[in-house]
This record gives sequence, structure tokens and C-alpha cells, in this order.
Amino acid sequence: MILSRESRRLRRRKMEERIFRALMAVSILIVIGCLVLIVGTIIWKGLPAMSLSMITQIPKGGYYLGKEGGILNAIIGSLYLASGATVLAILFSLPVVLYINVYTKKRSRLASLTRFSFDVLWGIPSIVYGAFGFIIMVFFGLRASLLAGILAVALLEFPIMSRAADEVIRMVPRELLEASYSLGATRLETALKVVVRQCLPGLLTAVLIAFGRGIGDAASVLFTAGFTDRIPTSLLEPAATLPLAIFFQLGTPFPEVQQRAYASAAILTVLILIISLVARGLGKRYTRHIIK
Amino acid sequence: MLVLTCVPAFLVLLILVGLFVRARPILAEKPFFSLLFSSAWSPLKGDFGLFPFIMGTLWVTFVSLVLAVPVSLLTAVFLSEYAPRSVREFTKPIIDLLAGLPSVIYGVWGVLLVVPLVGRIIAPFFGVTSSGYTVLAGGIVLAIMIFPTIISVSLEVFSSIPYQMREASLSLGATKWETVRHVVLKKGLQGIIAAIVLGLSRAFGETMAVLMVVGNIPRLPRSVFDGGYPLPALLANNYGEMMSVPLYDAALMLAAAVLLLVVLFFNVLARLILVRVERRAA
Amino acid sequence: MEIRPHLSVQNLNVYFDQLRILKDVSIDIPDHKITVIIGPSGCGKTTLLKSLNRLLDPLDGVRVEGRVLVDNVDIYDPRTEVTEVRKKMGLLSQRPQPLPMSIYDNVAYGPRIHNHVDKKRLGEVVEQYLRMAGLWEEVKDRLGEPASRLSVGQQQRLCLARGLAVGPEIILGDEPTSALDPQSSQNVERRLIELKEEYTVIVVTHILRQAKRIADYIAFLYLGELVEHGPAAEVFANPRDPRMRAYLTGEIS
Repeated sequence: MILSRESRRLRRRKMEERIFRALMAVSILIVIGCLVLIVGTIIWKGLPAMSLSMITQIPKGGYYLGKEGGILNAIIGSLYLASGATVLAILFSLPVVLYINVYTKKRSRLASLTRFSFDVLWGIPSIVYGAFGFIIMVFFGLRASLLAGILAVALLEFPIMSRAADEVIRMVPRELLEASYSLGATRLETALKVVVRQCLPGLLTAVLIAFGRGIGDAASVLFTAGFTDRIPTSLLEPAATLPLAIFFQLGTPFPEVQQRAYASAAILTVLILIISLVARGLGKRYTRHIIK
Repeated sequence: MLVLTCVPAFLVLLILVGLFVRARPILAEKPFFSLLFSSAWSPLKGDFGLFPFIMGTLWVTFVSLVLAVPVSLLTAVFLSEYAPRSVREFTKPIIDLLAGLPSVIYGVWGVLLVVPLVGRIIAPFFGVTSSGYTVLAGGIVLAIMIFPTIISVSLEVFSSIPYQMREASLSLGATKWETVRHVVLKKGLQGIIAAIVLGLSRAFGETMAVLMVVGNIPRLPRSVFDGGYPLPALLANNYGEMMSVPLYDAALMLAAAVLLLVVLFFNVLARLILVRVERRAA
Repeated sequence: MEIRPHLSVQNLNVYFDQLRILKDVSIDIPDHKITVIIGPSGCGKTTLLKSLNRLLDPLDGVRVEGRVLVDNVDIYDPRTEVTEVRKKMGLLSQRPQPLPMSIYDNVAYGPRIHNHVDKKRLGEVVEQYLRMAGLWEEVKDRLGEPASRLSVGQQQRLCLARGLAVGPEIILGDEPTSALDPQSSQNVERRLIELKEEYTVIVVTHILRQAKRIADYIAFLYLGELVEHGPAAEVFANPRDPRMRAYLTGEIS
């Protein structure tokens, strides 16, 4: 009697287990399915509209009304902008991350405050960076330009890069630093020669992640970089970007131009895929060098 | 280097102060809370009530959380407790990629697929006519965008729970799911809340993708099949004209400041919880 | 009629990826005795213990060959219900692992999962097993407090009560005193000696003196191989294998 009640209960428990396993399977399929669906849709819709002139020409007059041309201006603009922003972000990010890992003690207040700030900065929406970039731009009397866009995107990339770099550098065993000091190296030498070298692939991954974010972000450049059909030749000229080009093309009432938006979206997606593949490859290589 | 190290902490404050300074003109005219809770939005008449936009943001965020939380948590549980190593290794890059896709791409995809889905299938199913550019469409797109945040933070939380604690539950004859429910989810509860709050604040500030599918109607949404107009979209849509109308740019900067305040609040909250969780695990 | 021990290991091999952790281990565990598994660290003691209630299953890359018979049923038979196997054994781990809930709920965890017990009965069950683990007097006024607030020694006895409450036949201890102070260790050892009247006890330890204090039966593992096993008095008095002798004299540890 008691036994049968218990075995009935066991059946119910195993049923519950199966139901939740099924729900989990469904969930993970949804997550994976979403990525496949998104990339698939974009490529599938984008390919037919793709043409060589899309990536080799700048817009001719009336491009946004359906006339000839391409979005080379936006591709180059995005590359300029993301590269500039990434370089700027490295200049700020690397010293900070090295400082909190090499110069401070293990349980330093400053280090944890800085990490906390990076976490918080990382959470700030890109549109807010855009608005803040705009304020800086106006404050210095600049117009919407490549430079202002670079500033805004650099702000956006700064926490992303720093967090990723910090994660890598934190893995360096403290003993390795001590070994370096015991050979008479200064902290700076240790930071640059030991830490940076040991972590180089990981740091490159961090840089690439930030670069990928920078190239794909629209909200931060909306106020700051402006938009133009030409390829910028100086920092003070406005610059087109790929995400905004997609946004504007999609916003036109002309189906042909909307098609081009899909093609541009496919270009951006492929670009991002390549960047993350390279970043992942570097990351893989990095794990081989980890001293455990 | 020391000086540079102080930059991140000050940057947060600097951004906040900067936005509020620029919002001062409008705050001088009208009290802060009446701006927050007024529904009148007509910049030309000088009415800058942010309430419809705040509600638009809340609606979209809410819908996205309802959709994303169960899926993300179940996925995280699966990956941390059930999946063999190979599946985990295979899925991690996919989640990273999902996090790395630009929001414009999500927007384009939303326009191509989600909007018609809502307009032609889901809304008629509920007997509603709708263009598809709705709170629901925004919520669906956003949900997918916050999957990676909730999943990866939850995974970190689960991995901080000692394996031996699961063993203890299993050795008492509990099934795997019972162990998950009574031990992993319970022990990780705070961390899970933090993960959800982080996802929430991500959703709160997401701009382009939502803007492209949500309809941008400055009215209070009454159902998920109404269009909405979230705060970030308001900012993004009006960047061009804001210099020409008096007080307009101050109102927008106020909107940005409000957005930032809310996001900061949630972020700081979530991070404090996570720091505590981490410290306890160590 | 032949009396078969209710726990018997036959030709057990365990692999982690390519590494062979246990090599062809066969042993009958005597009922109602304390069997102590000794050997140098990293020789597979814990693996052997965990293979007895299939706690190796969830680990990646583990392969088990051979048979473990509990009451003449092979626990690695696919038809065997793993939760039933585990229910027959209570586990004490190296560090006590109280579940994230109250003292009361920790002990009630097993009974609640396995059968509906009404509130009053459950209260009695909890008290009974807390008494058996010698913890009742110390916690009876604070049953609702989180178990994590107990001292480590108390936590280990709570884990014992929790394991007993499922109604096992066998108690497994994986170096159950290694995290405890001498007094708590003594307390736990005493409980184990009391419990062998009703249960079969298997303890892994690397402390030779502890083995001498509590063991009725000894199994000596060396690099994954079961080198020697037999009644404790015999093995300690006349170790047959030179490696066992070396271990006893402290040449290897």
C-alpha cells in the first residue's frame, strides 16, 4: 500500500523531470533558432539585392530615391569611425586595466570600485552615450563630424573593451608577476613585457569585441557623426555609417531602396560574423597558452 | 595611470551631470515630476510631458521580460546542469553572437519577420486588427536581444554554486530537476534576480531595434497590440529638429537623463547583488 | 543458503576520458560493519565511493564498466532507477553541504521528495533523525534557522540526519571529518560506530589512525588498484602486500 503510493509518486516525479527537460530543449532550440533565423533572414533577403556597385561606389545623386550608386561611403565611414574609436578606447582602457591588475594590491578598493564602474558603464545604453557625445561636441563647438562620432563610440567601447581585457589579465597568476619582480623588473616593465605579452591574443580579442560593437552601433553616432554621401577626408567632416545607412534606406518609401537596406544589413552581418570568428579564433589560441 | 584609473568612476557622474545641466532650461520652467507624469506632448506648444514615453518603455520592457525570462532561465539551467560539454561549447559562441549582432540588424529582421507575424497572424488570432508595428513586436525583438545577458549572467551564478551541494541533493534520491528547483534555483535566486534586472536595464535603453518595430505613437498603449513610443526612440527620432524648437533639446536631454537614472539604478542594484553573491561563493 | 552481502562490487573499471582511475576492483562489503577505504591521495578512493551510488554519472567524460550489486540488483543496469539506488545510501561529504534552506527543511528534504508525509508525522521524523545524529538537543529551539548558521561540526551531523531520514541501508562517508575540529570529528566517529548496528557503513579516509579507530574491515587502494582487503585486525597485524606494508609504516602516504 505504502509502496504503491511511493511508486506512483515516483512516476509523477519522473514525469515532472521529463516535462522540464522538454521545456529546456524547446528553450535552447528557441535561442539557437533565433540566431539562425535572424542571420538566415538577413542573408536571404540581402543577397538578391546585393551587387558589386553596392560595395564599390558611393551614392550617386538620388540614391535614396532609387537611383544608381552604392554605400561605400558608409562602409568606409564605419571602418574609419570604429577604428578611430577603438584606438582611442585602447589608449584609455589598457592603462586602466593594467593599473588595477598590476599596481594595486589584491583586495584593493580602487580596483573593485573601477571594476564596478566598468560594469555600470557597460550597462549604459548607447543612446545615452550618443546624447552625452552630443553635449561634449556642442561644448567644444564642434559640428557633427567623424571626430565627434569617434568620441561617442570610444565612450561606448571603453567599458566593453576594459571588461573583456580585465577578464583576461586577471587570469595572469600573481606568482608570474612576482617572478618578474624578483628578476629586478619594475612594475611598468612587468606590465608591458610580461602581462601584455602573456595576454596578447586575449587582449586582441577584447579589442575586436569592442571594435565589433563600435561598428554596429547606430544610436551613439546618430547625434554625433552626421551623415554624408561622401567619404570623409578629415576628422572634422561628417561621416556616414553602415548602421545608419541601413536605417535610412529602410525608412524610404521606395521598395528598391528598402531592398538595398537588406543588402547593407547582410554586409554588416557578415562583417560582424567575421570579426567574431576572428575574435573567437584568437581566444581559442589564447587558452592554449594559459598557465594553469 | 592612477589618474586614468579614476576616469571610469568619474565618467558615470560626468555623464549624469552633463545631461542634467543641459536639461536645466526645461527644469527651470516646469517641476521635474509634472514633466514625468504629464501626458501632453506637443513640442510646438511647449508641452513636454514624458509620461507616454515612459509608459511606452515600461510596456515594451515588460513584454520582453515576460517572454525572455522563462526561455533564458531554462536555457541557462540546461546548459549548466544538463548539457554535455560538447553542447555547451557549441552553444556558447551562438549566445555570444546573439549578443554581438548590431541592434539595427535586429531592427531590420523585426521589420521583415516579426512585424508581419504580429500583424498578420498573432493579432488576427486574438481578433485585433493591427499594422504589426506594436508593443508586442518591440517586446519580441527585445526579448531575443536580452537572452544573452540573462543567460550568461545566470550561467555565472549557477557555476558559483558548489557541485557538492548538488551531489548532496542527488545522493538523497532527488531527481535532477528536483535538485535544480530546490537547490540550484534556490541558492542562485539572488543572482538570478540580478541577471533579470540586468536584462531589464538592457531592454530599457535599447534604441534602434525597438524604434524600428514599435510604431512610435506618442500615446499611452492600452494593449500589446497598440503602438508605443519608448524613451530611447523619442531621443533617436528627434535629433534633427531639436535645435529649432525652444526647450526641445532640454526636454530630450531630460529624457536621456531620466533614462540614464533608471538604468543606473537597476544596474547598480544588480551589480551589488552580484558582488555579494560572488563574495559568498569565494 | 548462501548469505550475500547487499553491496558487492565486481570488476569495476572507471575511466575519466582516457585515464583509468579504477582498475578492475572487486570487493564484497560486509553488512553492518564499518568498512574503511584507505590509500594515498589521488588513488581513486573517492571515485570508488561515488561509483557506489552513481554520483559519477553527471560528470563529463566518465565511463564506468563492471557491476555494482545492491541487494543483487546491478545499479548500472539501465533499467535500474537511479533515485532508488541513491535513496538506499546516505552520503557524508568532505565538507558538510547543508542545502540552502532551514535546519528542519534539510532533514525533511528526503521524506518530502519521496513520499507524502503529513505535517505531524514529518515533525516526528525530523526529530527522530536529529536525535539519532546527536544534534536534537542543540537545535530543537532553532529549527527554522538557515542550516548555514550552524557550526561546521553541527552541519556535518545535520547532513548525517538528513541522509538517515531517507531511510537508507548504507552510509557512505567521503573523508567526513576532514573539515572538522578534533572534538567534532570524535563526535562523528562515535555516531558512525553507533550506526553500524543498523546500517552498513563505508568511509573513505586518508587518516590512518582514524581507520584504526573505527574500521572493522579495510580496503587498501593504490593507484586505482584494490591491493588488499580484509578484516581490519588481520590487515593491520599482518599486511600481505609490500605496498600495504609501506603505507602502514609511513613510507608512502
